[in-house]
Parts: sequence; structure tokens; C-alpha cells
Amino acid sequence: MSSTVAPHAAAPRPDLPATDGHAVEPRENYLNVDYGWKSWLLSTDHKRIAVMYLITIMFMILVGGSFAILLRLELATPAGDLLQSETYNKIFTMHGVVMVFFFLIPGIPAVLGNFLVPIMIGAKDLAFPKINLLSYYIFLAGITLTLIAVAMGGVDTGWTFYTPYSSTYANSQVALAAIAVFVTGFSSILTGLNFIVTVHKMRAPGMTWFRLPLFIWAQYATSLIIMLGTPVIAITVALVGLERLFHIGIFDPTYGGDPVLFQHMFWFYSHPAVYIMILPAMGVMSELVTAFSKKRVFGYHIMAFSTLAIAVIGFFVWGHHLFVSGQSTYAGVMFSVITMLVAVPSAIKVFNWVSTMYRGDVWLTTPMCFAIAFLGLFTVGGLTGIFLGAMGFDIHVHDTYFVVAHFHYVMVGGMVTAFFGGIHFWWPKMFGRMYPENMGRISAAIIFIGFNLTFFPQFILGYMGMPRRYHFYPEEWQVLNVLSTAGATLLGTGYLLPMIYLPWSLKFGKVASKNPWGAKGLEWQIDSPPTTFNFDKVPIVTEEAYAYPEGSRHQREAEVV
Amino acid sequence: MSSVDATGLAHHFEDLEQQHESATLGMWAFLITEIMFFGGLFGAYVVYRTMYPEAWENGSKELDVFLGALNTTVLIGSSLTMALAVRSAQHGKNRQVIGFTFLTMVLGFVFLGVKIVEYHAKWEHHLIPGPHFMFEGHLGGHEELFFALYFVMTGTHAFHMIIGAGLMIWVILKAARNEYTPQHHSHVEMIGLYWHFVDIVWIFLFPLLYLLGRHGHASIGH
Amino acid sequence: MSGNQPHIAPIKLYLGVFATLIAGTWLTYWVALQDFGWLNTPLALLIAVVKATVVVLYFMHVRWQSKMTMVFAAAGFVWLLILFAFTLQDYFTRSWLPIYG
Ligand SMILES: [Cu+2]
Repeated sequence: MSSTVAPHAAAPRPDLPATDGHAVEPRENYLNVDYGWKSWLLSTDHKRIAVMYLITIMFMILVGGSFAILLRLELATPAGDLLQSETYNKIFTMHGVVMVFFFLIPGIPAVLGNFLVPIMIGAKDLAFPKINLLSYYIFLAGITLTLIAVAMGGVDTGWTFYTPYSSTYANSQVALAAIAVFVTGFSSILTGLNFIVTVHKMRAPGMTWFRLPLFIWAQYATSLIIMLGTPVIAITVALVGLERLFHIGIFDPTYGGDPVLFQHMFWFYSHPAVYIMILPAMGVMSELVTAFSKKRVFGYHIMAFSTLAIAVIGFFVWGHHLFVSGQSTYAGVMFSVITMLVAVPSAIKVFNWVSTMYRGDVWLTTPMCFAIAFLGLFTVGGLTGIFLGAMGFDIHVHDTYFVVAHFHYVMVGGMVTAFFGGIHFWWPKMFGRMYPENMGRISAAIIFIGFNLTFFPQFILGYMGMPRRYHFYPEEWQVLNVLSTAGATLLGTGYLLPMIYLPWSLKFGKVASKNPWGAKGLEWQIDSPPTTFNFDKVPIVTEEAYAYPEGSRHQREAEVV
Repeated sequence: MSSVDATGLAHHFEDLEQQHESATLGMWAFLITEIMFFGGLFGAYVVYRTMYPEAWENGSKELDVFLGALNTTVLIGSSLTMALAVRSAQHGKNRQVIGFTFLTMVLGFVFLGVKIVEYHAKWEHHLIPGPHFMFEGHLGGHEELFFALYFVMTGTHAFHMIIGAGLMIWVILKAARNEYTPQHHSHVEMIGLYWHFVDIVWIFLFPLLYLLGRHGHASIGH
Repeated sequence: MSGNQPHIAPIKLYLGVFATLIAGTWLTYWVALQDFGWLNTPLALLIAVVKATVVVLYFMHVRWQSKMTMVFAAAGFVWLLILFAFTLQDYFTRSWLPIYG
């Protein structure tokens, strides 16, 4: 499969200083090779596109996060005082839409994946650089449409757009939001397509499938899900849009349509979409845990196969979202049983990360702090997922805060934590500067505490029966809700900190060496930041991923406090 | 940045073979998404047809089998000319590429023309779903749902053909500049793959929409 | 292509494929006019699948391409079946048991 061509050297650069040892003057790299707006906005360099995605996605976190803060402020008191019912509905919808489609789904693939996939497999760029740029602009178009929908009054259907409310009754900008989701889907399809072809066709000589870093396996599996699932939600929201505009009746019971069919088609994508969000995070985790335990990953093959298993089994379980929707009991039982199965590969991963850390030389840098936070939060999120997958229990807590807490533990506790861990880990590689280490550790601690304070009370609230998507509640639930709001404030602070000190470090951080962590992987063998074509000559891979020598200790470099 | 050399090799590939294989795999990956995209519609079709089999037969009988079969033939013909256009490109015969591609495009427009005639007839018979929909015979038999799916499915298919016709113009422009060589013709090949895919969708649409409940009836069409 | 010329199929083959597809169209039509009971639709689908396979193998050159392309081509259809099968298992079994919740 891999290209067995002789390595051909890129043009040597005798004019530039040698980079062995410490970088004295930054040699030409992808950041300083060219200046000006055009050189960024029209760049087909996967690294520049990754940086553009990073900036855009950070902006979307701020948008979605401020919606979240509004929600928690409203819920600080039992009465519906801060927001009107309708406004509240719109705010939680926009919170969901923005976070799911513009942060959780593209977050790791579009930023870290774009930056790292070619480098980790020893390629100069993704297979289709122009399509990569196109996907970014389609993403921007999706954002623009969403923001227009918000400006024109927003949507109040929930991010799930359930029919027949969305198609027949809602008086908000459903059609526009549907178009925005449709458009954004194409952006992720193009990214997924690019990754699949790149992993198949662009690997450096010697980079066999079972030498790939687990991050690449994760991106590959994610891309498969994107390719197979996204088109279905595209056509589904297109049908909702058509239904709204022309009343064709496909999901409308008065014409014989079945609203439950919408839910089938929606969740055929949207359950696997959960794995679009979490699989890349798991890929990041494997990199962090090995790098900071200085050990080979425990059970490489089983890790790779469990990644694929999650991607495949994830397509057979969507009906667990339909337990109370009028789906047949038989189908419910089927989906419930298969849902239990999908927990197995996820659990294998958690055990393997822990086993990797066991007797490792664990180095508690910021990324590792985030990784350990991930382990705790994802485990809680995953286990409560098994609760919810059990049909009997789900009927009791469906549509309560138990569900809200569960998916925030997986999505925010899992994906967002890994995202921040990954950003810190590869920050020196991306920008050639170290972030302030202690600030990083502090923010990781604040996020961990704030997160649990926000969402653990919601498990209890949900179990007691507090329904989601209401902006008022009986007074006896106020204590737990106030705790949750206080936690959200802390959590928000924790997320804001990196958004301040990371940009700060671009100018004031210490200059990073090629490999500040002493980590394995092709990305740590090239300059920080990398040159435009990443490698001076095509690397030849001769060892497995994570080939850390047995019993080695970290060479903790002075640049890291 | 994304520079291309004289043989058509982009900077980030090692050789033309790698580049060509990447294009092919990428195109197939894209076609998978197209399969799933139409798949959602076929899924809705299957569900509602099992729910309302009679409405499906009644609706199907309103469609014009002759025009449907004619269009099937036209589309298969266009697939043939498209395959021949790709074959010409493999030989580097750019003049032939122009000829076959133009023929493909013409056949595509014939198909769309026939489709307009059909849509117009549905309009006249009040078979467009919406406030003016009227179906003689069965009441509440959900024939409207059949026609909703008929229009969405054939409409989506027609939309893909219009895009395909646009791509043909691109091929013709490239061929006019003699850009296809025996070594480098991925472009027209990928567009060919797309066109054949559109043909395959119709191969399924024709029997599933036009040919239901036809047995035991002497009259064809109306 | 660096020592690896693409496979160029003879025109006769393409004409043969074309003839097969036209014949398939007539066959579908003929089948629709006969009363095979519940078999009518499966037969129509069978013919359509055969026609589609011919297009994929010859017009789309998959016959001469790497195994990976074949896997990709097949994967789309397999996933389509997953969508159909798991959606329909709900619709077909709704009358089996009362629905709770
Ligand atoms: Cu799910």
C-alpha cells in the first residue's frame, strides 16, 4: 500500500543555519515564510489551515460558551426570571447547535488532525490541499448562516430538530439553521475524505499500518464515520427544510408521514457523531499518556482495533435515543443490547491507558494533567452511558438532567479536556513557543473541579426527575442548581485562562526546541514550527510507534518548569 | 504553494501513480457519501412503501412508463459516451474527448427535457404535493406521500445531472487546451465516475417508481 | 503512469455493457407486467443490482482496480443496508409487543 518510492530530497537550504541542538534564529518555517492576509486566506498548507480553524473554532467556543453561561444564570433561581421561555428555548438550542456542529465535531480533526495527520505519517501535505482549503470556507459559510439565523431570531427546536415540531409548528429560523447544518456537513465530509486518502496513499516508506500512531488510527476511524454518516443527516435536514418550505408531508402525520422516521435518520448519523467527537479525543489521549509515561502503549493492536470497533458498532445502536418515541419494544431491546457492546472497546481503551501509566515515568505536565482529568471524567460519562443504554432505566430518566450530565461528561469532560490537552501538548510544535507551565496546571485543575461541580449535581437532579429544557423548577432543587451554576462559573474561568495565556505565549513564551517532551513520533523530529513541506527529505520509518526504550527516564529539559 | 509541474504532478506527491491512485480513492470515498445521501431518501421510500403499499401502486400507475423507459435508455447511452470519452482521454485523443463529452452532455439535456415534460404533466393533473394536490379514486390513501418522494428523489437526481453537465463543460474546456495525456487524465476519469454513479441511481429509481402494480393491467401509462 | 499503464478496455466491451444494460431495462419492464406475486419487487431489484454491478465493474473500471477500491465501492452499499435493516426492524415489529413509556 505504502508508496515504495525512493526518498527524494527536497531542495537543500544551505543558506539557513543548521538546526541541530537549539534553535538560535528561527529558520524559515510555515509561519514566517510569508506574511499578509492573502498568504493565509488562500494558503493550501495544512498547517496554516489548521491555525485558521483553531482561531475560528475558539471564536465559536466563546459564542457557545456565552449561551451556556446565560442558561446557568437563568437556572440559578427557581423562577423563570432572567429569560422568557421562548428566549430560553432559543438559547439552549443555539448552545447545542454551535457547540456540536462548530466545535465538538470539527474541533480535534480540523485543528489537530489537519496539522498532524500529514506530519505523523511523513507526508508533505494532505492528499487534496485545495479541497482542504475549500472545506474551511464551507465551514465559514456554515458559521455565517448560523449567525444569520441567530440574528434573525434564532431557533427553538433543540439541536436535534425533532419533527413535527421543527417541520410544522416552530415559528423560528428552522429552515436557515437546517441549511447551515447541511452546509457544515460538507465541510466535515471533505475533511474526512482528505484524511482517508492521505492515510491510505501518503504514508512515508516504512510507515506500515501497524506503525501508525494511534492518533492517526483515531482520525482514520473518525473519517470513516464522517463519510458514512454525515450524508444521511444532510438529506434528513434537507427534508425538514423542504417540509417547512413546501409542506410535502414526509414527516407529517396528517399526510401519513412518520415523525419517528426523522428520529431514525437523525440518530443514524448523530449517534455515530458522538464517536466523531470522542474518537479523536481518544487518539489524543493515547499520544499524551505514552509521551508522559515514557512507555509503549499497552496493547497497541487492541487499541487500534478497538478504535475501528467503536466506529463500526457505533452505527448499530442509534435506536437507544428512541426508547420512548414509539419505536417497537423489540427494536428497543435490540438497540439496548448492542449499546452495551459498544462500551467494551471504550472500556478496553481506558484500561489500556491506565496500564500504560502503570510503572511509567509519569510526568505531570499540563497535557498529562488534562489526560488524567479525561480518564476520570470520561469514565463517569461512559458508565452513566451504560445506565442510559439500559432501556428500563432510560425510560425513568429520559429527557432529564441525568442525560444532560451524561453527555456533558462525555463531550465536555472527554472531548474538550482532550482537546485542551492536545493543544498544550502540540503548542510548542505548532508555534515554536512554550506556554507557561504552571498556569497550565492551574487551569487544568480549575477545569476539573469546575466541571465536576457543574455537572455532578445534574446527575442527582435528573435522577430526582428534573426535566431538561425548562427554565424554571420547584424550589427544592435550588441548592443543587446553584452549585451547578457556581461550578459553571469556575469552569468558564478555567477555559478562559488558556485562551489568554496561550496567545500571550506566542510572544513571551520560551522558544521551544524540536522535542521539548522527549517524545517519540515523526512530528517531534522536525523543526518547531515545521517548515512548509514539513520534512527536508522523505523520512524512512524503521520503528513502531511509541518505541520508548524500556525503563527510560525523561530527559526533563530546563525549558519546562 | 500547491504547485504543479509540467507533467501535472502536484508538489506533495511522489509520482503520478500515487497522485492518480489518491484521486481515484478520493472519488470513491466521495461516491460513498453520495450513496448514503440518496440512501436516506431510499430509506424513507422503503419505510413508507411498506406502510402504504396500495398508495404506492396507485401513485406509480400515474407515472408515464414510456417516458421513464425512454429516459433510462437515454441515460445508459450517456454513460456509454462518457465511458468512451474517458477511453479517448486514456489515449490522449483530446478531439475525441470533446466529441464524446459533448454527446454525453446533449443526452443529459435530453433526459432533463423529458423530465420537464413529465413534471409538467403532473402539474396539470394536480399531482404536485401541496394545497392543490388532488388524487382521483382512493381518499386518504397517502398517494401524496408517494408523489412527495417521487419529486424529491427525481429532483435530487436531476440536480446531480445539472451539476454533471456543468462538469462536462469543464472537461471540454480542458480537452480544448489538449490537457489530457495518456499519463495524466484523472480529471475526466473522476467526472466519469460521478456520471456513472448518477446513472446507477436512475437504474434503481426507474423500477422503484415507475413499475409498481403494472401487472394485470392492459393499459400502460394512463 | 510510471511503468504501470492504465487498463484501456476495448470499445467492443463498452458496447457489450451498453447492450446488457438496455436488455436489462427491457427485462425489468417485462417482469413488471407479469404477476410473480411478492417476487415482483425482489426480481426488479435483482435486475437493478446486476445492472449497477455491471456499470461499477466496467464503466467505472473497478474490475481493473485495487482491492481497496472494491472495498470502498462495496462499503457504501453495505452501510446502506445497515440503515435500511435497522430502521425496518422497528417498523416490522411494532405490532409484536405493546410499547411502553
Ligand atoms: Cu447515542
